[in-house]
Amino acid sequence: MDWIVPFILTVITASTPLLLAATGELITEKSGVLNLGVEGMMLIGAIAGFAITASTGSATLGIMAAALAGMATSLVFAFLTLTLMANQVATGLALTIFGVGISALVGSGFVGFAIDPLPALNIPVIRDIPVIGPILFGQDFLVYFSIFMVLASGWFLTRTRAGLILKAVGDSHDSAHAIGYNVIRIRYMATLFGGAMSGLGGAYLSLAYTPMWAENMTAGRGWIALALVVFATWRPGRLLGGAYMFGCISVLQLHAQSAGINVPSQFMSMLPYLATVVVLVIISSDYTKIRLNAPACIGKAFRPAQ
Amino acid sequence: MIRLEPRRQHSQKMVYLSPLLAIFLTLITGGIIFAFMGKDPIEALYTFFIMPINNAYGVGELFVKATPLVIIAVGLAMGFRANVWNIGAEGQLTMGAIFGGGLALAFYDSTSMFLLPGMFILAALGGAMWAAIPAWLRTRFNANEILTSLMLTYVATLILSYLVYGPWRNPEGFSFPESRPFPDAALLPIIYDGTRVHLGAVFALLIVAGGWVLLTKSVVGFQLRVVGQAPQAARHVGFRQKRMVWFTLLLSGGLSGLAGLFEVAGPIGQLQPSISPGYGFTAIIVAFLGRLHPIGILFAGLVMALTYLGGELAQIGLGLPSAVTGLFQGILLFFLLACDVLTKYRVRFGAVNKSGEAA
Amino acid sequence: MKARFMKRTAAALAAVGALALGMGAAQAADPLKVGFVYVGPVGDFGYSYQHDQGRKAVEEKFGDKVKTTFVESVPEGADAERVIRQLAQTGNDLIFTTSFGFMNPTIKVAKQFPNVKFEHATGYKRADNVATYAARFYEGRYVAGVIAGKMTKSNIIGYVGSFPIPEVVRGINSFMRGAWSVNPDVKVKIVWVNSWYDPGKEGDAAKALIDQGADIMVQHTDSPAPLQVAENRGIKGFGQASDMIKFAPKAQMTAIVDHWDKYYIDRVQAVMDGTWKSEDTWDGLKEGMVHMAPFTNMPDDVAALAKETEDKIASGDIKIFAGPIYDQAGELRVKEGEVAPDEMLLGMDWYIKGIDAELPK
Repeated sequence: MDWIVPFILTVITASTPLLLAATGELITEKSGVLNLGVEGMMLIGAIAGFAITASTGSATLGIMAAALAGMATSLVFAFLTLTLMANQVATGLALTIFGVGISALVGSGFVGFAIDPLPALNIPVIRDIPVIGPILFGQDFLVYFSIFMVLASGWFLTRTRAGLILKAVGDSHDSAHAIGYNVIRIRYMATLFGGAMSGLGGAYLSLAYTPMWAENMTAGRGWIALALVVFATWRPGRLLGGAYMFGCISVLQLHAQSAGINVPSQFMSMLPYLATVVVLVIISSDYTKIRLNAPACIGKAFRPAQ
Repeated sequence: MIRLEPRRQHSQKMVYLSPLLAIFLTLITGGIIFAFMGKDPIEALYTFFIMPINNAYGVGELFVKATPLVIIAVGLAMGFRANVWNIGAEGQLTMGAIFGGGLALAFYDSTSMFLLPGMFILAALGGAMWAAIPAWLRTRFNANEILTSLMLTYVATLILSYLVYGPWRNPEGFSFPESRPFPDAALLPIIYDGTRVHLGAVFALLIVAGGWVLLTKSVVGFQLRVVGQAPQAARHVGFRQKRMVWFTLLLSGGLSGLAGLFEVAGPIGQLQPSISPGYGFTAIIVAFLGRLHPIGILFAGLVMALTYLGGELAQIGLGLPSAVTGLFQGILLFFLLACDVLTKYRVRFGAVNKSGEAA
Repeated sequence: MKARFMKRTAAALAAVGALALGMGAAQAADPLKVGFVYVGPVGDFGYSYQHDQGRKAVEEKFGDKVKTTFVESVPEGADAERVIRQLAQTGNDLIFTTSFGFMNPTIKVAKQFPNVKFEHATGYKRADNVATYAARFYEGRYVAGVIAGKMTKSNIIGYVGSFPIPEVVRGINSFMRGAWSVNPDVKVKIVWVNSWYDPGKEGDAAKALIDQGADIMVQHTDSPAPLQVAENRGIKGFGQASDMIKFAPKAQMTAIVDHWDKYYIDRVQAVMDGTWKSEDTWDGLKEGMVHMAPFTNMPDDVAALAKETEDKIASGDIKIFAGPIYDQAGELRVKEGEVAPDEMLLGMDWYIKGIDAELPK
């Protein structure tokens, strides 16, 4: 059973970028905004984080730059969809095209650069405790941050006034507006938060997961993050389960291949996607629960009546 | 402070003017970007928008490229109107290609004139079948179709990969991952010599026309419009949401399947691991750019196709990296989407006029 | 018609007043125009990146006498034909299409442009104006195999594969023949990631292999991720396509580098001299199309053996696929005293005996 600990470590790193981006998108969607541009924002975060880390030598600055770059990208989206009321679905997809392009343009100067991976926490002594040592205390900052943000989001949505307002805005912007909340401003903030988290998800790829820059290095993870929000039925706790389940099955199928299982590799590669569908079906069968969680106003433009 | 004021009714003038304004703004912004990159802006814009279509072949390519986008987008638009979010058209396209292409491979030495129609039917069935899964999961288990249709896209791509790397591999192809070439009887006829415009383009126009009739002249179309505009009202007057989910998913799936077949039986001519550069996703943008209306979609599809062709020529003629074309495409889309707002709203500058504006 | 088109374009450029960036220079000497079509972005630091290095070498060598153009990220579908045709139409005299999926489009366009010369990489269809070229990467893999056989302690090699195409299968067979030549106990574990390029997934595959006991990492995918993982986990491995030593200074023992420079320069020269012919070129270590990065992170005796192996392959003293060769089913594929012909290597879809894995069918 020697492989169990490293297996869990692999699952954690594979799941973290998904978890970061999905947490951001969940908050965005809870406010009633559907931003399909996660892939583009992740790429921009990835190159921003990498470029700053490679040029300054400071991963901290890189992480901050990634969050800011993701935020700046989502600001474009927010301006178009919230201020100008452009269609959210189409704008999000256009944002992905834009993000792929601009990240490649900026990144052309950084192809083939090597940087040190993000340092792990590695507290001496505790880290050497078998099994739980490396898993609980041997990770890098962003892994802890991703889990912290999931918990914080859950707390925010259920236990704080601001969270309740955010949900109210997502469920019925007209009523929220009537009570006197500034719907547009709240949605701006939720969208920017989503952008920052997507940027961090991208930075996790380029700084920790595989420390390098290459065009399109997200390889579709933004889409998986989007799917995970639906999978989690807009609950942060389930997001954690979903992201780790997806990561776990992705890695497990690689292990199965390596162990010599005789099934065409294409079928093995399908497993994480199929599992996600199956589990979603099981979760969704209970009608009432989903209905309560899905933001009713998702994707709909809001224009405050004066 | 920018403020938007609703118009009492859609401005007919702006329906036509807003895309022009968007293109004008893109030209200016694009010009500045190109100048910044050391290229002559006028030449760059000429390369992007005019050069791709300044000869018959180029115009033909525009149709070749727009055909799958338009066909898929017409189907998707029906669903989007009814709040059915099929974002797995790419997977349905792949399944259509597998089903229709599979028939061509089963009869690889056939010369029958029934082969091609048979492929059409199978492709539509294949696409519809793949879309039926999200429809069933949504209506039976309440599973969100955004997730299921997207996940099934990955599965469909892997199935195609399995087939062309394995059982359907061309036995005379040195074990490379591609099927046999389709027989002539399974290839779409070219409708204009010297170009690659194939029968699929005619189908695309027919599908646009059919979509228009469906939307404006039929009961279903009426329902679609009502459901989209006032879902609550629709529920009250008894439209069955489930039936709408099935209808729109099967329709968009079937059309996506056809689009996939037109690619493999048209310009590609065989099955291979990659048959679409993401048409199923791009078509979502096309659907919205076309304001979910078949005629609008036709134009949006052509514009979208043009930007791809222009992007290639910008690489060839100007040495611009493909990254710049992506950037430029993104900006064009942003402007188009943003200007669309002008059809519904009037832009006002300055502070809110407290007295006069009460709604 | 082609020439007229060029003139018209040139006139249009002049009329627009192209003062920027060497436009004027291009008109001076009527340079040879060379086009390249890449399947990935030049920023992939893998396959397309290496081809673009070759293009840059052509520019450097010939200066004003050539004008190169490339189109990157061209999907292997309906779009390829148009891109290739546009390159031919805009006056390119020689066009390199660098991925297998461009084979049929290249042949189609070549028929319409008999005066333009085409070169298609890794395919098998030729025409009077279409040549093919490919590199014998498997020769480098044999050298890597020898090193791995000497260096492994667990006797388990981890192999990250992209897709089970003949090129990759050939590489695995060659690698294992190299490994077994020095260490008959070596076993290989293979994981297919179904992608040429997904750094995250490639890295995860490498981790899975290491967790199952592999202590040498080999990859036939394009990103440095598997090697980075090897570096992190303290094992050794090999770079792919380009020298990846920067990404794994302690782990990379050598890399199998694609070197298209010389071939591209030779072919451009041939067109200039009027000696270009449609040929099938399949070059390896001897001609320098495949090149081993410096042997590092290994004892001197292993490095010496590796160097010797490399030289012997180049000189022909080592024939990698010399008989007798049995496949997994025990069938004799290459008889004693014979060497597998190139056609057999080209379409290789079977593992040699001793490899403990099933090839996906």
